[in-house]
Amino acid sequence: MTTRAGPPGHGELGGRRNRDGSDGAERVVRPYALTAGRTRPSGARIDVVAMVSASRSVRPQGTESDPELGPEHLRLLRFCRLPVSVADLAARLDLPLGVVRILLADLREHDLVYISQTAPAGIRDVRVLKEVADALRRL
Amino acid sequence: MPYAGSEPAPGQPDDDQPGVPVAIKILIAGGFGVGKTTLVGSVSEVRPLRTEEALSEPSSLVDQLDGIEDKSTTTVAMDFGRISISDDLVVYLFGTPGQKRFWFMWDELAYGAIGAVVMADTRRLADCFPSIDYFERNGMPFVVAVNCFEDARQYPVPTMRTALNLTPDVPLLLCDARERTSSRDVLVALVEHAVSRLTGGQPVTSAR
Repeated sequence: MTTRAGPPGHGELGGRRNRDGSDGAERVVRPYALTAGRTRPSGARIDVVAMVSASRSVRPQGTESDPELGPEHLRLLRFCRLPVSVADLAARLDLPLGVVRILLADLREHDLVYISQTAPAGIRDVRVLKEVADALRRL
Repeated sequence: MPYAGSEPAPGQPDDDQPGVPVAIKILIAGGFGVGKTTLVGSVSEVRPLRTEEALSEPSSLVDQLDGIEDKSTTTVAMDFGRISISDDLVVYLFGTPGQKRFWFMWDELAYGAIGAVVMADTRRLADCFPSIDYFERNGMPFVVAVNCFEDARQYPVPTMRTALNLTPDVPLLLCDARERTSSRDVLVALVEHAVSRLTGGQPVTSAR
């Protein structure tokens, strides 16, 4: 059996893997065409498990005429009428997380969505962790 | 358009808003084919969903305009599952590729996560070394789950602990990722480990 001495080089990792060593399907895409080439979202960070919900005031007929919003923005908006996580949105829309973050940040700037902050403090809350452990035991 | 600036005014964090659950992250790390998605699938209330993150070649991670026309963008897939604890609390499990070149993605995923499961296969033990190195380095609670494949040789736990160079406080469990109860036990062990880290007076570091 191999032993771990330190960070290994890629060369010693055996086994079956894709050509570039990554998991899952690889494909070449141009995902950032939807974001007009932007690669970073504006404003406060948007976590992968942040919960997104459409603002109560959203009127879809009003947003469609906004020249700054594209069809993907409107698609996103339709999916977050009920609170939904960023990861779930990305999976449902089949878009990379980075692209979804940028589009969501646009919607946030237009006051069309609320995006919750993931509190790093959550991991310090023993009560929450115990609740999670108890619930997992019942699975 | 009224421009909200970098700090969104009405789009404030609305964790207190009724109906918006708090989401908790657990990372499932390890080498390719070690059973991350299998473990996620055996405990998740939904079939594992797939999302992707654009992955630039390392040379283009720095913002450079030169040669941008040659930049090829590929994507890396992450599978995730969901366990609803209550109306207010949802656990997300993220299967993350273990290779070092994806660490930039881990920093993002690890933010606010309660901990990680590092999955290992005794036939290719070295595949999990980078994951262990990563979580040791950033101080995140983790457990090692050895996925017991039928054709893999079994080793005594102390032998595996030594081979992985684990500190005594890090739990190591044997599991069968296909079995819901087995995967559940791994997650329970992780959360209990995270609790003991919090209550044992050991300083808890968030991912960054």
